Amino acid sequence: MEVAKLTDVTRIYKIGEVETHAVNGITLSIKSGEFTALVGPSGSGKTTLLQLIGCLDQPTSGQVVINGMETTGLSRNQRADLRKGAIGFVFQFFALIPTLTAYENIEMPLLLSGKGNGKRTQRVKELLEDVDMTDRANHRPDQLSGGQQQRVAVARALATNPKMILADEPTANLDTENGEQVMEIMKRLNKETDTTFIFATHDPRVIKYATRVITLEDGKIVKDSKEA
Amino acid sequence: MMNYFKMAYRNLGRNRRRSLLSALALSIGLALMLFIASFYEGEMRSSMESTLRLDSGHLQIRAADYDPDKLSVAWEYLIENPGQVAEQAAKLNQVDVATPRLIASGIVAVGDQSAGVEIMGIDPASSASDPYRRLTSGQFLTTDDREGILIGYPLADSLGLKAGDQLNLLVNTSNGTVDEQFFTVRGIFTTGTTTYDKGIVLLPLSKAQAFSGAENRASIIFVLLKDREQAGALAAALESSNYQVETWKDLNEILVLMEDFSNAYLLILNLIVVGVTATVIVNTLVMSVFERTREIGILTAIGMKGRQISALFLTEASILALGGIAFGLLLGWGLSAYFGRVGIYFGDLGMTGFLIGDRIYTYLTLSDSLYLTVMTLIITLFASLYPARLASRMEPVEALHGSD
Ligand SMILES: Nc1ncnc2c1ncn2[C@@H]1O[C@H](COP(=O)(O)OP(=O)(O)OP(=O)(O)O)[C@@H](O)[C@H]1O
Ligand SMILES: [Mg+2]
Repeated sequence: MEVAKLTDVTRIYKIGEVETHAVNGITLSIKSGEFTALVGPSGSGKTTLLQLIGCLDQPTSGQVVINGMETTGLSRNQRADLRKGAIGFVFQFFALIPTLTAYENIEMPLLLSGKGNGKRTQRVKELLEDVDMTDRANHRPDQLSGGQQQRVAVARALATNPKMILADEPTANLDTENGEQVMEIMKRLNKETDTTFIFATHDPRVIKYATRVITLEDGKIVKDSKEA
Repeated sequence: MMNYFKMAYRNLGRNRRRSLLSALALSIGLALMLFIASFYEGEMRSSMESTLRLDSGHLQIRAADYDPDKLSVAWEYLIENPGQVAEQAAKLNQVDVATPRLIASGIVAVGDQSAGVEIMGIDPASSASDPYRRLTSGQFLTTDDREGILIGYPLADSLGLKAGDQLNLLVNTSNGTVDEQFFTVRGIFTTGTTTYDKGIVLLPLSKAQAFSGAENRASIIFVLLKDREQAGALAAALESSNYQVETWKDLNEILVLMEDFSNAYLLILNLIVVGVTATVIVNTLVMSVFERTREIGILTAIGMKGRQISALFLTEASILALGGIAFGLLLGWGLSAYFGRVGIYFGDLGMTGFLIGDRIYTYLTLSDSLYLTVMTLIITLFASLYPARLASRMEPVEALHGSD
């Protein structure tokens, strides 16, 4: 099954007179259960592409279809709804809400999608266990190490059982050990739940886990291990 | 969503000092407004009270030709048979008390010192004379006292008079000449209003009538009503070709005008204070929106809608506003309660057109408190819509771009 399908997508940033073709005519299909790495030099468009797939941004031209749903022309609220149910995010910086505990951060997307009390508690406990953070449930982000924060972020991304998780350089701020640990967790969850993972990364440690590697340059796909 | 409150509360706690300071700004603003309102209310009450009780009454019945500025006791200006007129007026249901008064001009002389005064003949037995019964020394007049006079404390002070002392009083009589007589100071009164007390001396009505040659006549019938709002209706009913009837509103145009004016003035002042304090709150929230760009991005990325993000910031604003208002209410209430008991001393302001007590006692009304509190809350929340909207419009993309 296709979780994401991009057809001839471009994204042009315009700052004054300068136009940057951050994504320049990409056609791409991501299948359920993939563990895909987006690689390429800095400025090649990895983040931009992830934002387009994640419906955080809209293409200048072309089509983005998520879980069979055409996203062009969706309102801000409709896109928020789509993200809430279908897409989880993990960012390079450990993007937790600083005022909420690990537990509450993971609970947040469940609250947003209106899950009942009992189900929520059960799901958060399950996730804390999945990422091995049960004993730190009541810690605030500033009381957690980078690796621990990133594991909480992964748990939060998984909370609503999204079809697809997008991660932008998830290991860039982690040391080798923590990076490996986070990747192991994601890999395991990918296998257990068939959730699709897409990473933007420079990190060879991440690339070695990938089942598919897509190389970008100047906003174009120059190599796709699956099609090669 | 219940988490709004928790998140909002903790966010405020993240920058505790700033949150406290901006809530405090609101508290001080509200306390200030409450205090000003209570001060004005106290002042208006005091001046209305003093002016009506001492000077104008609620109604005055006068001869058709009476001219209050002349203080003349020429017969054409006076009411005939004032006792009867007063008695009839007093029979009316709405009337609390009606009493004839004679007002003449004169000069008090002691040794080589003298002072121009208003000589008022009053009925010592009438309850309308109660404001003069507060004596610093001596005793009050009796109806048939022929040699006694009551003078105000500031006049006694400036002329060096004590109870029991003698003074020489000159009066402009009804036939246009001057008469004089020695009187004994029976007592020295204080109404609490120096401006008034320094310019008036009191005689029993009958003595004043005899002394000034007014015979059985009076300048006015001084009427106090049970409810002063009835004055207009009653005046219309009493008006006749022989008499003019003036209400306290006619008699105190300046005061009535001043009340309207000060209400408008207060409103402007309040809007300025609320404007400034709301700006402080909005500023705090705007800063916090910009500081939390990334956080807003994350929340948007995980599916929070603009509306929900607005709600989050509005919740913060509400907590700040409610906290600040609660404390401000306490502060303002405390201030007004304190100065309502102790009073604020101004002394003789020497204003003309209305009388005011030397000490103003603040008076905070429930309606003022409610109105100011609700206005502050509404304006603060309304102003907070701006940062809330700012937050909800933020693009989620920015969150992904951040790195630290
Ligand atoms: N908001 C923006 N406004 C203008 N230009 C942008 C914006 N975001 C990205 N770009 C430009 O688009 C191009 C692609 O940027 P992008 O962030 O997608 O690259 P990247 O592959 O993620 O790089 P890196 O590996 O450094 O994260 C770059 O040239 C960048 O300067
Ligand atoms: Mg990037």
